Amino acid sequence: MTVFALIIINKAGGLIYNRTFHEAGLNKLSTNDYLVLAGTFHGVHAITARLNPLSNPAARRISTASSGAQTRPEPPSGLEVLESENFRMQCFTTLTGIKFLLFTDTTQANVDLTMRRVYDMYTDYVMKNPFYQLEMPVRCDMFERKLASYIREINNR
Amino acid sequence: MANLGPGKAAISKEQAGLRYPSNGKTIYHRPLHRSKTAELSQSSFAYLFSEMVSYAQRRVTGIQDLEKRLNLQGHPVGLKLLDLLLTREPARTQTRPLTIIALLHLIKINLWTHLFGRQADRLEKSSNPDTPDEYMIVDNEPLVNAYISVPREMSQLNCAAFVAGIVEGMCDGAMFPARVTAHTVGGKEEGEMWPGKTVFLVKFQPEVLEREALIGKG
Repeated sequence: MTVFALIIINKAGGLIYNRTFHEAGLNKLSTNDYLVLAGTFHGVHAITARLNPLSNPAARRISTASSGAQTRPEPPSGLEVLESENFRMQCFTTLTGIKFLLFTDTTQANVDLTMRRVYDMYTDYVMKNPFYQLEMPVRCDMFERKLASYIREINNR
Repeated sequence: MANLGPGKAAISKEQAGLRYPSNGKTIYHRPLHRSKTAELSQSSFAYLFSEMVSYAQRRVTGIQDLEKRLNLQGHPVGLKLLDLLLTREPARTQTRPLTIIALLHLIKINLWTHLFGRQADRLEKSSNPDTPDEYMIVDNEPLVNAYISVPREMSQLNCAAFVAGIVEGMCDGAMFPARVTAHTVGGKEEGEMWPGKTVFLVKFQPEVLEREALIGKG
């Protein structure tokens, strides 16, 4: 059970964070390729979100009417999991449109939980840092440190 | 403008100034001695402090300038906390500190417990004979820096300068004029226990030491 890599994509499709935790898992790409990967995934994700049949306006109206209260329907999630022979990629989109891509072993369990923790760390150590500029690449020592120790813990389990 | 009713004027005035809670109870209506339920959310503080740092960062010329501004933001807090903390002391110890040691103990124990929920980690006197006016308060992981990563090009900066300002305000208010600065000392080696270790260097004015010596003789 291994977590291979983490990629964070901002809401415009730009790569803002990219880190490999386990060398043997995935082949190393060039920086340019990672940027292309982020942009391409962003596009594919946008299209898959529009494929979701529940997200059409009529269905939305029914969901608000049946519950009575002013509930906001779940936004269409789009592509969430992508699996290959050697790895599994899980995507988590925040309400603000930032995407976290976690590349793991195909047998990895509890990826949701891991994702949640990573998101927690992002909100703590990136968003509460006065020197971070929104939508720009993440360069926060504290985030790196906490993330590394958390993933190491999982990978050594 | 003259034909505007008094009601409208009141509303516009209210919007321009401070907003009060609808029941009219402000922070000044709370009992001064209650400190039990005074805990605040660390997240909201972290966001507020982050904005304070961003605000101080505007139009500054350098890191020293930025630290100076953070220091200035903390100074009035320290002045007020001195009064509050002394008022909360039991009646017989309600006097203001008269010696440097008493003042530093008040800071290390009461101020730190009030602000951060624990005492400061260590209190030291400078061992250098040339600087007998310097004292050090050590905090292994300052709460204000809990979520802050300082970029490499600003490595001199420590945002705990705000806390240094609070300490300075407290010293000034107790008639121990001093300069207080915050310095990062941890994080030199990889894997160190306290990467955010911060030393607050308290440098008292010469007249304070002079007075201290006189008190010592008497």
